[in-house]
Amino acid sequence: MIFLKLFFEFFKVGLFAVGGGLATLPFLYDLAYKTGWFDAAELINILAVSESTPGPMGVNMATYTGFTIHGILGGIIATSGLVLPSVIICVTVEKFLERFKENKTVDAVFSGLRPASMALVTMAGIGVITGCLIFPDKIISGELSAAFNIKGIIFAVILFLLMRKFKAHPIVFIAISAVAGVLIGF
Amino acid sequence: MKNLLDLFWTFAKIGAVCFGGGYAMLPILERELVDKRSWTTNEEIVDYYAIGQCTPGVIAVNVSTFIGCKRGGIAGAFASTTGMVFFPVIFIIIIAGLMQNFADNYYVQRALSGIAVCVCVLITNAVIKLWKSSIRNKFGYIVFAVVLMLSLVTDISSGIFIICAGITGVVYANLKEAKK
Repeated sequence: MIFLKLFFEFFKVGLFAVGGGLATLPFLYDLAYKTGWFDAAELINILAVSESTPGPMGVNMATYTGFTIHGILGGIIATSGLVLPSVIICVTVEKFLERFKENKTVDAVFSGLRPASMALVTMAGIGVITGCLIFPDKIISGELSAAFNIKGIIFAVILFLLMRKFKAHPIVFIAISAVAGVLIGF
Repeated sequence: MKNLLDLFWTFAKIGAVCFGGGYAMLPILERELVDKRSWTTNEEIVDYYAIGQCTPGVIAVNVSTFIGCKRGGIAGAFASTTGMVFFPVIFIIIIAGLMQNFADNYYVQRALSGIAVCVCVLITNAVIKLWKSSIRNKFGYIVFAVVLMLSLVTDISSGIFIICAGITGVVYANLKEAKK
């Protein structure tokens, strides 16, 4: 029964891939190798599309992979398989937290978690900035003219100031940026 | 039922514009859930991200499950998570079915180059905004700096950082207690 197998395989990916969407990638390679449902070339296309459409990367990859294997139903089943372990685990953790909210130890745990979580968010920020605005490897190799995406940096500063001044919804800024991207290109 | 539909639709909207992964979603979550609906606080969002990073699965899904569960129990968790994946699944199926060359398309590439810049700014803003609610004392600064430095120079997975930071938090609290 292909659907059951599909569900179970993605359930395993969801259960073992810790740390976000990209963490699912090695598991998908493994899945491709083991089942022959899709190949490495297809996986590269899956990754490219998942990065260029809205939605969590892991979810996009599961949907696309599932679709490749067995059409629309395949996409839905793979995605359900992927998210189910997260939902079960997070519901359990949330219930636990609610009960132990006032607990001193839980409080102490969070006093360490919060700054660490912020560091990881900052790290993600550095990751995207060095991916499209500033290229440190070019600075190191001395190619200063290629090290900065000047157009992009100027646009980023403008966006930053606009966001400070107008408290518009982030969606508005994403839409503006998409249009600016098509017109100017960064 | 209205509560569940509300959860579903709110997260469907968030999922539809969530470019660049779970972190880029932070400012949108903040806007929709803290500013507009007061369903949660900045502090709690940082907590959910912390746990979302060391529990298995996609971070965005983990965070929506947490908030859904808090608002509406298990049914709420399913409603918000279904909402979160609703539009992405539809988009992907359309693209996979009809537009095989979507990612190579010139205009898509250009639009994404703009969105990428926006994601940089959105995450920067999120860091600035959440800073106050997550780092309050010297201990916080130290944990922040150590995790940031280590993640810049090593490949240690984020889950490990979170677990170690939690343990450090307990050790620090106990040491402080002992000093008194």
